[in-house]
Amino acid sequence: MSEVSQSPRTEHDAETPVRRRLRIGDSVLSGTTVLISVGLVALLAALLWVLEQGAAPAFMKYGLNFFTSRQWDPVNDRFGALPYIYGTVVTSTLAILSALPISVGLALLLNEVRSRLLRNPLTVLVDLLAAIPSVVYGLWGLFVLAPFLNRYLAPALGATLGKLPILSALFVPTPAVGNMLNAGIILAIMIIPIITAVTREVIATVPHDLREAAMALGATRYEAIRMAVLPHARSGIVGATMLGLGRALGETIAVSMLIGNGLGISASLLAPGYTIPAIIANEFREATSTGMQHSALLALALVLVAIALFLAAASRLLVRRSERMGS
Amino acid sequence: MSDGLDIVGLSAWYGTDRVLADVQMEIRPGQVTAIIGPSGCGKSTLLRCLNRMHEELPNARATGSVMFGDWDLYAPDSDPTDVRLHIGMVFQRPNPFPTMTVFENVVAGLKLRGHYDRVNLKERAEQAMRQAGVWDELKDRLNKPGGRLSGGQQQRLCIARALAVEPQVLLMDEPASALDPISTQLVEDTIVQLKNEVTIVIVTHNMQQAARISDRTAFMLRESAERPAALIEIDDTRQMFTKPIDKRTEAYITGRFG
Repeated sequence: MSEVSQSPRTEHDAETPVRRRLRIGDSVLSGTTVLISVGLVALLAALLWVLEQGAAPAFMKYGLNFFTSRQWDPVNDRFGALPYIYGTVVTSTLAILSALPISVGLALLLNEVRSRLLRNPLTVLVDLLAAIPSVVYGLWGLFVLAPFLNRYLAPALGATLGKLPILSALFVPTPAVGNMLNAGIILAIMIIPIITAVTREVIATVPHDLREAAMALGATRYEAIRMAVLPHARSGIVGATMLGLGRALGETIAVSMLIGNGLGISASLLAPGYTIPAIIANEFREATSTGMQHSALLALALVLVAIALFLAAASRLLVRRSERMGS
Repeated sequence: MSDGLDIVGLSAWYGTDRVLADVQMEIRPGQVTAIIGPSGCGKSTLLRCLNRMHEELPNARATGSVMFGDWDLYAPDSDPTDVRLHIGMVFQRPNPFPTMTVFENVVAGLKLRGHYDRVNLKERAEQAMRQAGVWDELKDRLNKPGGRLSGGQQQRLCIARALAVEPQVLLMDEPASALDPISTQLVEDTIVQLKNEVTIVIVTHNMQQAARISDRTAFMLRESAERPAALIEIDDTRQMFTKPIDKRTEAYITGRFG
């Protein structure tokens, strides 16, 4: 050290202890980050590989039939995934469509409300919602929400949206207690806290400058949000939605308690359905190694991963395109 | 010809800290009024009170009145949004909307006011961009994102955005302090050209700039942290920079403090 201060030239001539120490820090940092990132990719690859190995016999035997067949018959060793894929996609879509507007609205409220008295309890409440175990949601859904929805919401939807030409197919009443609408709504309630929390953080990072720019032009609060806040937060909101969607796709217990676990494929949201996580959870214990059931379940798992990855990639593309359009 | 502003008994607070006390000031129509003073003297706060942006900060409030013609901007039934529809503002740091194109930025205020006719928007955008001295540079990049321009271009784009709605008063908060000399020159040219059409109030820490472009100059000072800032003196710019009446003004402009 003393050498350095006496003669600055040594800094260029040779490595000083300080510089060497800095360099060691650099290499430790880059080493660990590379290790972790490579490790994560390797973990994902290993997971996919195991799934693929397990699923291969089922894919080999049934081919594309696996995706188009409605039969799931362990006794006769015939397996088709269509009802599960359908049920998963429908309930998750329903959950996202109903949760997203509520979550964004809630996040905006939590950001815009000036009164701490109102904001802090609301924030804590939303975070608490995220901490409730899903089996509790399932129980509550089964005993409280589902009877309520079946008695009031389903008839109300049937009497209003059900009267419209195309939408009527979605609300054909069935006598079933469990149905896809109920499952979708409980999923929405479960993912609202995640989407809200992430969206709130993203909105809080929008520079105050931009909001002021809009307000100085004469924008009302709503207009400033539309002009400056939401466009800036858009890709973050998509990321939040993906997190919520991930949870919705993978949610097992609450959904299997509410969806009715029926194998039919019906356009009506009031009909029972089945999802991929639900069938895996219900049958993995019984799956024997002799038949194809074990392999078929792993194939379903692979399909679930594929759906999630596809949706994540599609949403990224959507964001990038809309950003390029600059609209 | 635009209206001026008559500031009467204006005070401003941040929480319990009274930063402005009882300011009386006349902003004459069609003139450039410069507000100078050392850092923390409340000149930006005063400016932000003139379009009621001050109160948008947490815990900030202001009392008094600002007469705009016969409209008291601080009357109980006066809507801050209405105020800002007539009184434009340019900020210290350029703040174009990064997700909008250059063109969309310029017409953003017009769209807020319900103008959607494409041809009309184009004409008014071109006019505003010419006034802001940015048309020649950006006319071929109207559909590029507004956030990818140089700092000077961004600021002149913001000036164009403020001018596009044809405000009667334009408030500028150190508009050139983050810019290079050439961009500063262009911004000053714009201000001088706008004289007589728009009433301009500009806050600047650059005394040469105030001397170059303003008709009248106001000097503000906060003499201690316990006391709120006050307007010391306002007069014709030439008078202020040659024969100021108050000794504190003289000390400041001759560089003895601040």
